Amino acid sequence: MADALNARELRQDEWREKLAMFGLSLPALVLVFAIIVVPVGWLFWLSLFNDEGVLSLSNYTRMFDSKSYTRIFITTFKVSILTTVFCVLISYPFSYFLSQLPKRWAAIGLFTVLLPFWTSLLVRTYAWLVVLQRKGLVNEWGIELGLWDQPLKLAHNLNGTLVGMVHIMLPFMVLPLYASMRAINADYVKAASNLGANPTRAFWLVFFPLSLPGLLAGMVVVFVLCLGFFVTPAVLGGGKVIMVSMKIETLIDLFFNFGTASALGVVLMILTLAVLFLAHRLLRLDKILGERGA
Amino acid sequence: MRINQLLLSGATACAIFFGGTVSADEVTIASWGGSYQEAQSKALFKPVEKALGITIKEESYKGIGQVRTKVAAGSVPWDIIDTGSGGGARGCAEEILIPLDYSMIDTSNFVADTQLSCCVGTIVFATVMAWNTDTYGDNGPQSWADFWDAEKFPGTRAIRGKMHGMLEPALMADGVPADEVYSVLDSEEGINRALDKIRELKPHVAVWWSSGAQHAQLMKDGEVDLSTGWNGRFDVAIADGGNLKYTYSQGLQDYDCFGIPKGAPNPDLAMSVIAEMSKAEYQADIPQYITYGPTNTLAYETGKIDETLAASLPSHPDNASQLLPISQEWYAKWEKMASEMYTDMMTE
Repeated sequence: MADALNARELRQDEWREKLAMFGLSLPALVLVFAIIVVPVGWLFWLSLFNDEGVLSLSNYTRMFDSKSYTRIFITTFKVSILTTVFCVLISYPFSYFLSQLPKRWAAIGLFTVLLPFWTSLLVRTYAWLVVLQRKGLVNEWGIELGLWDQPLKLAHNLNGTLVGMVHIMLPFMVLPLYASMRAINADYVKAASNLGANPTRAFWLVFFPLSLPGLLAGMVVVFVLCLGFFVTPAVLGGGKVIMVSMKIETLIDLFFNFGTASALGVVLMILTLAVLFLAHRLLRLDKILGERGA
Repeated sequence: MRINQLLLSGATACAIFFGGTVSADEVTIASWGGSYQEAQSKALFKPVEKALGITIKEESYKGIGQVRTKVAAGSVPWDIIDTGSGGGARGCAEEILIPLDYSMIDTSNFVADTQLSCCVGTIVFATVMAWNTDTYGDNGPQSWADFWDAEKFPGTRAIRGKMHGMLEPALMADGVPADEVYSVLDSEEGINRALDKIRELKPHVAVWWSSGAQHAQLMKDGEVDLSTGWNGRFDVAIADGGNLKYTYSQGLQDYDCFGIPKGAPNPDLAMSVIAEMSKAEYQADIPQYITYGPTNTLAYETGKIDETLAASLPSHPDNASQLLPISQEWYAKWEKMASEMYTDMMTE
């Protein structure tokens, strides 16, 4: 096909627009560089020096020599994965229910999810401690009502940590899910029914795939936020749930050991990126989240 | 006149605007918060503020690690910090606390071994075992061997999530006499022996506590039946209506001290404040609010501490004789390694 007569002008225009776009995003790029790339790079740099300030990989090899580091990483991922799973199990039906309600009622429902959001994380965590501990509300009532005889071990362990974290993370799952469910045109489901699908089939074939972008976005946000959790496992875990961030705090606070702490941070970041990359490849996130124009 | 006023208000405005410029008669003290700092505030900070005609600001913080970070960052907001003896020793060794002027601070009547070149003791405390009186009545454990004995004392335990003050009790529970604890601990095998003893106790450990406020709360709420912890915090829990008791038997004697961070805004005044706070007349008031013993023994002669109260304090001779003083030399040598090994044991 012959070039359009104004091809030169068009190219110039395109070039100019690209430049303008770049200029507009420059402040943000500088900011990202200054507050993310530089500090992360610096952390990486610090992690390459041992206690004596000599260049070495000892901060990384230590993680393989000392068993606790591996266990701490496993705990971190286990807690994050479990929290994400429970968040999905609770949020999906709840968001679905809200998305089927008239907007005004849905707003009230959303409000109940967001309400705890405005309370300090620390307050919510300690509140759970009061509710879940050995002589807490749940155990007192449960024993009073004869549901169980011995106090259940609800706090100061993995159970308590999960309850607290799921509660804190719920809004991060509900909001994207609800938004993507609201955007689904109800006519699609009706069309499926019209074509003979029973409600279950219509849901799985039409509604569920369309809600996936919100679900996956929520899962990624919840999972990644969980990896860096500190307060909730520290208060509700009773010293039995030790996550990477807590180990980093000990290393800095007690020993001022930025090298090992940085190495932990770097490994956590790499593992997180690896998990996201795998999820991306296996679940074809790009397809689900909508491909960008070529 | 007008112009002078204008200039003055302008200067004041500048001073406020460029905050961080500290007035000459103000010091900021960082301590541990909770019932301990409340006691310090009433016994030391407020009265000294009045006596010297200065302003003392209070903050709470998390220990020497934070001082280190602030010194490294070159912005130190605190003139005086209250730290454990271990933190004080580390602060001295790393030169993040400045040497104290002992010609100003009179420590001639201090309890032995309660001062360092850059940290002067303020209270003596003890790491002890406490028990829930609803569970065991008055007949609680009287030795670490008892504390470890789950048949004699069935119930849940809380112990510290750090090795500090945990390895010594473990060895005593394993039959090592108090005066041999540190020589046994002075090797990797010795540390492992202590850790193995804690492994034995692990099934009964409900909580690994991380702060004084936490172990006091755990005992007060009846969340655990037995706990290690600091005597003053337990006394506050008892005063708050908690059903618990503790014994000084086989406890560990330790102290808290005041130091001045390198780069403090007002180090000279801080020195005077520390000198004043070390006097017996102020120290004698601390036990009225929390049962920690004064480091200045003259405090017992001020008449402010009555017989029964004195007998309950860790620095009282009857109690001190049951306690094993913490060895700073051991901590300086083994702290890092033992801490890693402790975390290994905890996460198993």
